[in-house]
Formats: sequence, structure tokens, C-alpha cells
Amino acid sequence: MSTTFSPAPGAAPLARQVLAQAAMEARLMLRNGEQLLLAVVIPVVVLVGAVRGSERVGISFDDPTVDVMTPGVLALAVMSTSFTSLAIATGFERRYGVLKRLGTAPLSRAALLGGKVGALFAVELLQFAVIGSVGFGLGWSPSIDVVGVLLTLLLGTAAFAALGLLLAGALRAEATLAAANLVYLLLMAGGAVVLPASAYGELGTVMTWLPSGALGEAMRSACAGDLPWRDLLVLAGWAGAGSVLTARTFRWE
Amino acid sequence: MSVDGLVMRYGDKTAVDGLTLDVEPHTITAVLGPNGAGKTTTLETCEGYRRPHQGAVRVLGLDPLKDRKELLPRIGVMLQSGGAWSSARPAEMLRHLSRLHAHPVPVAELMDRLALHECARTPYRRLSGGQQQRLGLAMALVGRPELVFVDEPTAGMDPQIRRTVWELLEELRASGVTVVLTTHYLEEAERLADRVHIIDRGRLVASGSPLELTRGGTVATIRLVLTQPFPPGAPEALAADLGPATELQVLDPVSLQLSGPADASTLAVVSAWCEKHHVLPESLSLGQRNLEDVFLELTGREESI
Repeated sequence: MSTTFSPAPGAAPLARQVLAQAAMEARLMLRNGEQLLLAVVIPVVVLVGAVRGSERVGISFDDPTVDVMTPGVLALAVMSTSFTSLAIATGFERRYGVLKRLGTAPLSRAALLGGKVGALFAVELLQFAVIGSVGFGLGWSPSIDVVGVLLTLLLGTAAFAALGLLLAGALRAEATLAAANLVYLLLMAGGAVVLPASAYGELGTVMTWLPSGALGEAMRSACAGDLPWRDLLVLAGWAGAGSVLTARTFRWE
Repeated sequence: MSVDGLVMRYGDKTAVDGLTLDVEPHTITAVLGPNGAGKTTTLETCEGYRRPHQGAVRVLGLDPLKDRKELLPRIGVMLQSGGAWSSARPAEMLRHLSRLHAHPVPVAELMDRLALHECARTPYRRLSGGQQQRLGLAMALVGRPELVFVDEPTAGMDPQIRRTVWELLEELRASGVTVVLTTHYLEEAERLADRVHIIDRGRLVASGSPLELTRGGTVATIRLVLTQPFPPGAPEALAADLGPATELQVLDPVSLQLSGPADASTLAVVSAWCEKHHVLPESLSLGQRNLEDVFLELTGREESI
């Protein structure tokens, strides 16, 4: 006789698990007010503020401000989601035993990571739609290198996600929250994400070796029709180093 | 499932000290012990969270670490606390976990059985302790496991819900699921378990069915209350009749308590004594050893139950 609880164990196919995990994490990320602020509201405010503000105070770049700022804000959005949001969410997953619990679900670590990355891309897609629309509304006229933008998105997400997980896997949840926000603010202001490296004078060269500078420069180049190999390589380097360190230090509980 | 000579240490503290025990398939097995006895550590080693420092653990014939991929779909785990995203709602949490399994229990049915519809859309962080426990149990069951580990399944539940959970655990056993539970509630172990393992300081101190454990006690307790005060000298006379093996304690002018060998002759002596002194018992109660007495006898500690 088969009842409700008659044993019938089995794992779902990997693809279905990854999809389920990605959908769940994306939903939770967008449900959280602070994360939504970080993902959409701050980037839009930065974009509108910079474009309107620069007209008033008379700051000017070689190109129209909106053409410089929109790719920078897209890069900021990638950083906020794949670094800050991911680090905070993962820190609290550790704290509340979610990772522990998922550790006994038939979900491999690869599937869990796949789900997380899937959720990041879903949120980033949404951010690109919103920020892109606002940019176009402000007169943004890019000549997009699609491969360049996709590679920048991919490698930028990989680099910052690896660093975010490094933070979340080593510190307590509250410390992760504080550190992830602080790093985000510092890099937003002085990491050559939003503003081009050239705006920082001599320091600019150093900044293009930071993941933030490389991401910002790559996005600006890709939106201007170039394939930014050098910056993409820097991002790949950070992604590789971050992943190795994270895999060695991540504590699940 | 078997645990063989398991040793687990935290720093220089030994949490599990050469523990050996077995769990028969399709039974409910309770692991009882005071706080810090090593219950949760043992369970977590079986669940593959920890690597044995010494000894070996086999679950469904598999090594929880080496054969993890094969084992995980076959077990269900209920943690003592947590395990869900704080903003996730019970319904979506269960739906999510069900999608990770091949043949899940229908979520709606599971929620029905554990009275989770009342809080289906409440974020996890706002659930009561009992609701969180029920969700935790549902999460352990959703994948139709062969073996479930439940750590303190009814802590913080009101009595009515506790009975519902007990019935559910009995139904699991009837459906062919093996249940391993830790509990602080001796009543729970006594009512549910086919087999009880009592552990203390990381060692197994007793094993058996609740009946086996409570039988064969050395001491019985008889409490006698009379309709009128004891005649002068009567308690002393009873003590003399019973002999030195039985301890007699006068509790108040009408009642006394006997502790002694558990045999029928004690009752016969008491009954003859009543007749001889022309007194009538208002009540005569025989103390049956329960699991609690066994537990206290073995662990010698009361404070931690």
C-alpha cells in the first residue's frame, strides 16, 4: 500500500534544481527592501543626479555625460548585486542555518552555486532594463559591443561574487553586512566604477587594476563599441583568485 | 543505520566517547540524554555534517561523507532550529524544497497534515517556535525519505499539536520510514519509540524498548493513604513486618510511602497489616517505574531534563 509518506527518494534533475534555486534566491533578493534600494534605487539616483548635476555645476567629460555615466552605473549595479547583496544574503544564510539545511537537501554545491549565479543574472537583467531605460530617457546613445557587454557582465559578476562569498564565508553575518556596504560605498566613490579612471588623475592607472576599476572601464569600452580585453583579463584574474581563496576559506556554518 | 565506536571531540572536550548503537529499519528510535550528552553531535555525524574523529558511521549502508550524493536524497533532516530564509514563507519554502526532489509529497497535503496553512504566507522570522518546528519537520519529509532524523521535534509545541506530530511520526513508521529522534520529553520516547538509546557523556548507558528499560527495576514504590490517622505504633509495626529491605517513610498522620523490592508479597503484608490494625486504606497506589526514573537512575542528573 502506498501512502503519502511511503519512501520514494530521489533527486530532481540538476537543471530543475538550479532553476528552482535561482528563482527562489532572486525572489528573496527582490523582496528585501534594502537590497532593492541597493540594486535599483541608488543606481538610478546616481545616474539621474550625475547627469542633471553635471549640467548645473559644469563638470564635463570628452563625451556627453550620460554616455559616460550610464555604463558606469550599469557597472555599479553589477557590483551592488554580485558583491554586496550576495555577501549579505549569504552571510545570513550561514547564520540562520539555511546553508546547513540545504547541505542535506539533494542539492550539490555546484547546483547551489549555479542557482546563486542564476539569481544574480536575473536581478542584473532587471537592473539593466531599468537603468538602461532611464539612461535612454536621459539621451544615452551608446554603440554597444554585445559580446563585450556580456563578457563584462559575466566576468564582473564572477569576480565580485567570488569576493562577496569570500567575505560572507569568513565573517559573522553582521560584520559581513557592515563590510559589504562599506566596501560598496568606498568603491562607488573612489573605485573608478561610476566615474572613469581618467577622472582620478595619476591614481586612475592603479584603479584599473582593481576589480571595480576594471569593471567600470570594461563596461564603458563595451558600451562605446570596443572589446575591452585588458580589463576583462583583470576581472578574470580577480574571479580566479577570489574563487580559489573562497573555496579554501568558506565556512558553511 | 549503525554507529560504531564513534569518538567526536571539540578542542580538548570529548563530546562523543566511543559510542556504539544500531537503528533497525522501519522503527522509531529515540536517543535520549541530558544536554551535552552528545545527541546532536552524533546525529550530525550521521547526517554527514561532521567527520568522525574515530570510529565509523553507516547510514542506510552508506558512508555519510563518501557516499553523500547517493545518501542525501534518501534522508530527511530536521534541524533543532533555523534552516529557512528569514523572509521565506512556509508554503514557498516547502515548494522550493519539493522541487529539489524527484517524487515529493504534495506540498498542500503536507501543510494540511502539519497545520501549516494558518501561517502559509507568514515570513519565517515571524512564525512562532511551534510553527517553525512544524515547518522544519515538513521540510524533512517533503522528499519522501527512507530515513528521517528529527532533533527535538516537538520542543515548544502545544500539547494538541504535539499529539498531531506524534501521530504523524507513527504514520511514517507504518509507511515504512525509519525515524531517529532526539528528545528531552521522556513521555515522547515512551509513547513513540520502539527502541530507546540513553546516552550520557558521549557514551551509551542503556538500550532497549521502553518496556524493557522500565521493567526489571530494583525498587517499587507504594503509597498508602488511610481514612483515619495511624493507630499509635502501627507504622513501626508495618516496618517490622516488611523487614529491613523495605524503607518506610511516614509522610503525614494518614499517609506513608514504602520503597522496597518490587514483589507481590509486599502488598500481601500491607493488606494483612490493615486488617490487624483495623484501618481502611483510602488509596493505595503502586508507583510504576517510567522512563524518567530509568533516565535519572542512569544519568544521575535531574536538572537537565
